[in-house]
Order: sequence, then structure tokens, then C-alpha cells
Amino acid sequence: MTTVAVKPATMAQALGRALRDAMAADPAVHVMGEDVGTLGGVFRVTDGLAKEFGEDRCTDTPLAEAGILGTAVGMAMYGLRPVVEMQFDAFAYPAFEQLISHVSRMRNRTRGAMPLPLTIRVPYGGGIGGVEHHSDSSEAYYMATPGLHVVTPATVADAYGLLRAAIASDDPVVFLEPKRLYWSKDSWNPDEPPAVEPIGRAVVRRSGRSATLITYGPSLPVCLETAEAARAEGWNLEVVDLRSLVPFDDETVTASVRRTGRAVVVHESGGFGGPGGEIAARVTERCFHYLEAPVLRVAGFDIPYPPPMLERHHLPGVDRILDAVARLQWEAEN
Amino acid sequence: MTVMEQRGAYRPTPPPAWQPRTDPAPLLPEEAPYRVLGTDAAAEADPGLLRRLYGELVRGRRYNAQATALTKQGRLAVYPSSTGQEACQVAAALVLEERDWLFPSYRDTLAAVARGLDPVQALGLLRGDWHSGYDPRERRIAPLCTPLATQLPHAVGLAHAARLQGDDVVALALVGDGGTSEGDFHEALNFAAVWQAPVVFLVQNNGFAISVPLAKQTAAPSLAHKAVGYGMPGRLVDGNDAIAVHQVLGEAVAHARAGGGPTLVEAVTYRMDAHTNADDDKRYRGDAEVEAWRAHDPIALLEHALTERGLLDEVGMQAAREDAEAMAADLRERMNQDAALDPMDLFGHVYDRPTTQLLEQEAQLRAELAAQERHHESEGAPR
Repeated sequence: MTTVAVKPATMAQALGRALRDAMAADPAVHVMGEDVGTLGGVFRVTDGLAKEFGEDRCTDTPLAEAGILGTAVGMAMYGLRPVVEMQFDAFAYPAFEQLISHVSRMRNRTRGAMPLPLTIRVPYGGGIGGVEHHSDSSEAYYMATPGLHVVTPATVADAYGLLRAAIASDDPVVFLEPKRLYWSKDSWNPDEPPAVEPIGRAVVRRSGRSATLITYGPSLPVCLETAEAARAEGWNLEVVDLRSLVPFDDETVTASVRRTGRAVVVHESGGFGGPGGEIAARVTERCFHYLEAPVLRVAGFDIPYPPPMLERHHLPGVDRILDAVARLQWEAEN
Repeated sequence: MTVMEQRGAYRPTPPPAWQPRTDPAPLLPEEAPYRVLGTDAAAEADPGLLRRLYGELVRGRRYNAQATALTKQGRLAVYPSSTGQEACQVAAALVLEERDWLFPSYRDTLAAVARGLDPVQALGLLRGDWHSGYDPRERRIAPLCTPLATQLPHAVGLAHAARLQGDDVVALALVGDGGTSEGDFHEALNFAAVWQAPVVFLVQNNGFAISVPLAKQTAAPSLAHKAVGYGMPGRLVDGNDAIAVHQVLGEAVAHARAGGGPTLVEAVTYRMDAHTNADDDKRYRGDAEVEAWRAHDPIALLEHALTERGLLDEVGMQAAREDAEAMAADLRERMNQDAALDPMDLFGHVYDRPTTQLLEQEAQLRAELAAQERHHESEGAPR
């Protein structure tokens, strides 16, 4: 019996491995985008794919996001499973018309005759010192568009498992990759990649009884850190990682908040019109009689994403989350 | 060592990366729209093709008139007529093989019908009972596209995918003069040329984008000239000359099929009707202009060529009219039946499997419908 060395892998490597395994498993899977071929992507996620599978399956496209997504729609109409890379969150905006008017609607428009099995990978969020247009949290735009799945991993294992599931899905999936977690590491057995995770299931990352932090993507490590810090205050926080914003796992979220009676939603995206408003409303509708306090939100400010030298004041951090937890009407307990 | 330090050793050189790419001369379009009908070449045109195009154009004209009438009767929500553009519509359908794909816009239902699609299905979008109206795979006709030019990259992607699979498939995408101003037109042509995709773009330049004339749309020498900038051939053709359009499109399709890459074809035509039944074209164009185009009518051009050569007489014309009337009567009768609607279809195809949220909303609508049903029953019940 041989033991395989378990070595650390980054989220970027796990995403690349998911692409590679998906391409090896299904010749219909095609990767396309700006700089994904020779360079291996600006975050090196597609490193080695063009060499292994050829440039027809890992294609450097012209620099035009609407064209990339629009041609991918046509490829999917012909039976391929394109995986499109948008280089940065804010650079995906030119593709919005294709996404909203066609990608999200083609199945519905054709009464199921023409589903579009498309994965749109979008590096998103801040915290990497990016200059303007490199740090947006654009998830609310996607969530507001029926017909799209919106998925975001927060761990190395989920990066692999959720991307495999996204590519295997017969529905279009907007796959949001938290940029600042690209270099996060986890132990990894290269011969046994993590399981393919079903889309639409949240997971409890940390159990606790005091209150629930509901979060996803780049804010998960911040919430876990907050939960550790909260122990000093006597709070034992539960942390739910949504993983999928659409479909939304009401069941897991509701069960957690009914256990704890208190909830804070945490995300980088702006609060006004952001995902937290929808989540807080859903929790309130389902858990009203279990709640000890209003559901609170800790979000990015409602401002254009700030310059990198100021972004630390914008991003939800441990202190701001702890402040919110402190406002959950604990006085009633005493 | 800096340039200053090199002093006498430095010699200015041309930019090292520059090299000649595509010779633009062979890509340039015709100086004037290519014509067959009304020229000496009309005598050489294939009699069978002339007759077939004539029959299809007469049907097409009648189809447009019937669809417009159905709008006035409230059977269609709106109808963008292609009267005057029948030569483009029919030729686009006839140059394709069954295995090829057509990518129409909302004004191109006639092209879809000429390709064999049931007119009732072709009018589904405009009737308003379901968006596509038909299964695109059945006749290889993409759904009618409403956002301008956004279907062009789809045509490129599909043609590219087919070529990657080794399939002999050509995509023909239709767009109007207004659509050429859209970013998706540019991106589609650029991708098509870079990938050498087997796709043909047909611009029906009908003079207007609703009310805005071509002069306010572009300063290009012609729309066909735009092809040169992408490195593909541009062709300029008389869009009311069915034989000429059929020939130019046929050559472009053959070129794409042979691996020669994409072509941009501009067909110069005219929209004889207003943009839709809801439009008032008197606000932006004069009768004289419309009458000038009426003298260059696509059916009259064909009729003249056929009768000149003794290929058509009054009996033949009558037969074509009767065939068109039969089509119109069938369309009228079937469109006058109410569409079969099921409100639960709203939730049917949003996702492969409905989300729990959609299941809840579906249950809500079902309960609302059941309550309405009970209400109607109690209202209608005898006291």
C-alpha cells in the first residue's frame, strides 16, 4: 500500500485542475477568453491547458467580452460546453447584454429545446490592491437575472468541486472566483481530487449557538476569524457559507438561524440593493418568531469601489462584524 | 547603453513588428450594387431558379400583407413587415442546405417561412404566446432575435463549433443597416474573420432604422466596405434583384463552405411599409422616395425578366397568386384560433430543475388559479 503525499494546493491550482479534469472527461468542454492560452490566464488558472488540449480547446480570443460570450452562446447552441473566462469583474460588463438577453433566457425562450450549458468564470471582489475596475463585487447584478445560477467557492476543495459541477450543469452558471483567495492553500491529494459538490447547497463551516454569520466567497475567512475573536466576548458564532447565491439554500440558512435566533449577513458587495437585503428578508420571512433581534448586514459601503490605498476601510473586517454582533440585542438575555 | 551613449552607432529603423498583413484590394466590394435583372445577364439566368424565386416572392408579399392584416385584427401584437425586401428574405432561405443554420432578426420571419418553417410558428414571438415559437433545431433556424445584432456572435460561435467538429455547416446571419452600428456587429465580424468561421453576414440595408436614415447611421463608403477592416471580402448587391442576391449569397456560402472564411454582403433594398404597424413613416419620409422604390419592386423585376423570356404568362401569374392566397387563407384561419395557453408554462423552463423558490411561486400561482376557478364556478352557479 502506497501513501500519496498530501501537499498544499492553492485555489487557483484547484480551479485549473477542475478545468483540466473536465476537459479530459468531456471533449465538448472548451475554455476561452483573454490570455487563457499561451499565458495561462492573468491568474494562471488556465496554465497548461492550451499545451495539453490544443489551442482549439483553450482559445485566446480577441479582446471583446460581448464577443467572447456571444460566440460561446453559439458554440453551446451547437452542443459544446464552453467555459468562458472574464478577466476581471468589471471587465465582464460589456458582456451583460449577451448574458441577460440571451444566456439567461435561451432555455426559457425555446421551451427547453435549446439549453445553454455555459460556465462564465469571473474573478471578483477586492482586497488585492487592485486599481480601479479590478475589485468589484458584481454578484447582485447576476442574482437579479432569472435563468442564471450564481456560484462562488470560498475553499480550495469547493473551488474544485463547484467548478466541476458548474461545467457539468446544463444551465448557465456565473462562477464567481474570490480573487483574494486565489492564493489561499489547503492540503491536496493530487490523485484524489475533492468531491464534485452539488450546486445550491450551503454548508455550516463552524457550529455555534449564539448567532449565525451568513456569508460567502471572500468574506468566509473573515467571518471564521471573527468567530474565533468572538469567543473572547462569550459568543459562540455559527458560520454558514452559502456557496451558491442562486439557487439559494433557504433550508440550511433557516435551520441555522432558527437554532441561534440571531443573524448577520456579511459580504463585500454594497448593502443597498445588495445580496444581504434579499437574504435578510428571506430569513425574516421564515424565522420571525425565532429571532431575538433584527437581521443585520455588514456590507461594503454604498460607494464606487475605493482606490486600493483606502480599500481596507471599505471591506467588512473582524471589528465591524463584531460590532454588528454586539448590536443583536443581547440585553434581553440578561 | 542608451541611444545617447551609442552616438554614431545608432541608426533609426522601421518598427520591427510591422509586416504587411492582408491585401485589401481583393476584399473591396463592387463599386455599385451588383445586378442581374434588367441587364444583359438576365437572359442567362436559370429559368428554374427564376420561376422558383418568382413563386416564393409572390407568396412572401402575400404573407407580409396577411400578417399585417392579422395585426390590425388583434391577432398579432406587432408585425415588422418585410414588404419590399422579399428578394433578400427568399434568397437567404434558398441558398442554404438543410444542415446549415439561419440566424434571423425579428423582421426576418419570411426568411424562416421560406426555409420551411410553419408560418404560425414563425409568428409565435409576434403573436405573443411564446417567445421563440418554434424549436430552433427542427429547421436549424435560431430564435428570431430582437436585440439588434446580438445574434451575429451566436452565428459565428455556432459556425466555429461546427468547423471544430469537422461538420460541413455554414451559418447565415441577417442584420439590418441600423444593426451595423451595434458593438456586437463589430465583435461578431472580428471574431469570424480571426477564426475564419464559415459564416455569411447579410446586411439588408433597407434605408431606415425605424426613422433614422443611413446617413445618420454611418459615414462608411458603403456598409459592405466595413468588411475590409476585418479582413474579409465585402459584396454589394441590389437587394431587390432576387437573382443577384441569390448568386452573391450563394458564392459567399460556397466560399465559407470551402474553408475560405466569412463574407459580409450588403443588399441595398427598401422597407416599403412603416417599421411596424405602430409606426408612422409619414413623419420621416416622403411619398416620392417610396414611389421611386416602387418602380424598382423585386416582384416586378422578376416578372419582367420571366415574361421577356417567355417563361411566364397570365396563367402562370394567376397560379402563383392562387398559391399565395391558399397560404394566406390557411394562415388566417389558424391564426384566428385562440392560442392554447397554460399559465403554468411560466415556470417550465427557467432552469433544468426548478429552484425551491420557483416551486413555491409555482404553487402560489396554481393556488391563485384554483381560487379564480372556484370564484367563477360560484358566480356561474344557479341561485
